[in-house]
Amino acid sequence: MSEVAAYDPMAAVAGWRYRRARIGVYVILIAVAIYAILPLLVIILNSFRDLDDIAHRGLIAIPLAFSLDHWGVTWNKFCVSGGCNGIAPFFYNSLEMTIPATIISTIIGAINGYILSMWRFRGSEILFGAITLGVFMPGQMVLLPWAITLGSLGLTNTIGGLVLIHCIQGLSFTTLFCRNYYVGIPEDLIKAARIDGAGFWRIFRKIVLPLSPPILIVTVIWQFTGIWNDFLIGLVFSSGSGQPITAALIGLATAGTSVHEYNVESAAVLIGALPPLLIYFFGGRYFLRGLTQGAIK
Amino acid sequence: MTASSISTESNTVSHGVLRERAARWLPQIVLTPSLLATFLYVFLFSAWTIWISLSNSSLLPDYKFVGFKHYGELWQNHRWTIAYTNLFIFGTLYVTGTAVIGLALAIIIDQRVRAEALWRTIYLYPVAVSFVVTGTVWRWIFNPASGIEAMVHGWGWAGFHFDWIASRDMAIYTVVITGIWNHAGFCMVLFLAGLRSVDQDLIKAAQIDGASMARIYRRIIIPSIRPIIIAALVVLLQFAIKTFDLVQALTTGGPGISTQVPAIYVYDLMFQRGQLAEGAAGAIMILLALAAVLVPYGLWRNYQRRREVARV
Repeated sequence: MSEVAAYDPMAAVAGWRYRRARIGVYVILIAVAIYAILPLLVIILNSFRDLDDIAHRGLIAIPLAFSLDHWGVTWNKFCVSGGCNGIAPFFYNSLEMTIPATIISTIIGAINGYILSMWRFRGSEILFGAITLGVFMPGQMVLLPWAITLGSLGLTNTIGGLVLIHCIQGLSFTTLFCRNYYVGIPEDLIKAARIDGAGFWRIFRKIVLPLSPPILIVTVIWQFTGIWNDFLIGLVFSSGSGQPITAALIGLATAGTSVHEYNVESAAVLIGALPPLLIYFFGGRYFLRGLTQGAIK
Repeated sequence: MTASSISTESNTVSHGVLRERAARWLPQIVLTPSLLATFLYVFLFSAWTIWISLSNSSLLPDYKFVGFKHYGELWQNHRWTIAYTNLFIFGTLYVTGTAVIGLALAIIIDQRVRAEALWRTIYLYPVAVSFVVTGTVWRWIFNPASGIEAMVHGWGWAGFHFDWIASRDMAIYTVVITGIWNHAGFCMVLFLAGLRSVDQDLIKAAQIDGASMARIYRRIIIPSIRPIIIAALVVLLQFAIKTFDLVQALTTGGPGISTQVPAIYVYDLMFQRGQLAEGAAGAIMILLALAAVLVPYGLWRNYQRRREVARV
């Protein structure tokens, strides 16, 4: 070291500093990575562990043995939220709610966005602004009106009611996403089509839709994860066996002092988190684009 | 012969006119149903809740006007005081914590680290996980009997204590840690995109002038991504004000009522205690809190945009 210092002290100090900084960088990255990954690791590993093992060594430990048995129990025998048919019925409820609500709100949002970008009329900008206000509405503001409305429509505690709410509340987002994307389509393209005599639907089908896949994927991902992960609406407007999975899983937290079957519960939590996670891992780029667009409105 | 041909002609003409008119109004006609639904949802429902908050409703809606009586009751309520105090503590720490960690990660990842995509994937995945799942798992990790405390005891350090979640004074900080877990990666991604859009010539010029990297970040890079930082802070503040499921799953507002937040208390008032008017009053307070964040932000953005247009 002293020899090197005698040679070129500045470079030696700089090199040492650089190396120290690099090590620091990776130490921070690893520390935050542990923080980030710990919860996922905990539920994955514990879903394979025996209850005895968990009781002795706690939840944060490397499994001594792997067992797949708990997954079967979780799926259709586990007692949660007032029934003992496992997590499967709630998983299906969530699917039955999320898929139609995602598709319907995306289609309507695409059509709205098309009109508000290419068929503008006097006042359409103001209407667009008013629609996007829905993006900011806090859930608590509309719970009572929804409760009364669903009651008078006979949709209380039905999947249909949940779909209706998610569709209408989602319209603001889907319209916003699609409109902002369609604004970027060159106007000349539409003008030329109109001169050729193409009508409203024809332009939509032949020109706009073929250009839409990127934004439709973003919108579908955004809606699917948002609706799947929503808790408040499921909690308030469904009960018992009609609940979506998030509302059923809260039972694990509020069960109080009863003995936890952590392995089975870990599997249940993982199943509840899985669809959005799969979308995240496989639809990464589109997921990201939705996220940044949703954030910087 | 002539008469009939004329009549058919006029028929087709009027039919054509109708068609043309329908075609001209088609966009508006198609837009109307969903527009109506959104307007009912945004404006009518808001007005409805405001009305309920001013009414005599308790277990059931009762539209007799009583003025601001329930607002007064709400603000005299001890639980509400705790709830909004918690919102300030949680909101401040969660927003600054998430933004600081997010910015630090973004800057670090911007130093050409190895396996950048892997780090990013690890940091960002929590944003795809629901608050219910997040809260449930962190509840287990914070639980002294099964989580971190048990783990450290297992290592042989029997005197170690980490029981914040069971402590009235400390439980709110477990909510902060969990909230930061959820959104730090999200902030990182927003900031990283910003860092990479900074004009490289500017940075090179500063380097030639002999500015250190720390100074370049402080003086050039971070100021130029200020709009993104402000946007991220606004989004996080919004999340903080609406926080409901995270606390419900993590602490259920406890121990006792020590981690109550406004959104939970409003839900309790409406659906557990049958005090609809007071609950509605609380909901309007949440809306006002959001407006206090979003309206200045909207005005600022408008001002910025106008200034840019003027400059061009």
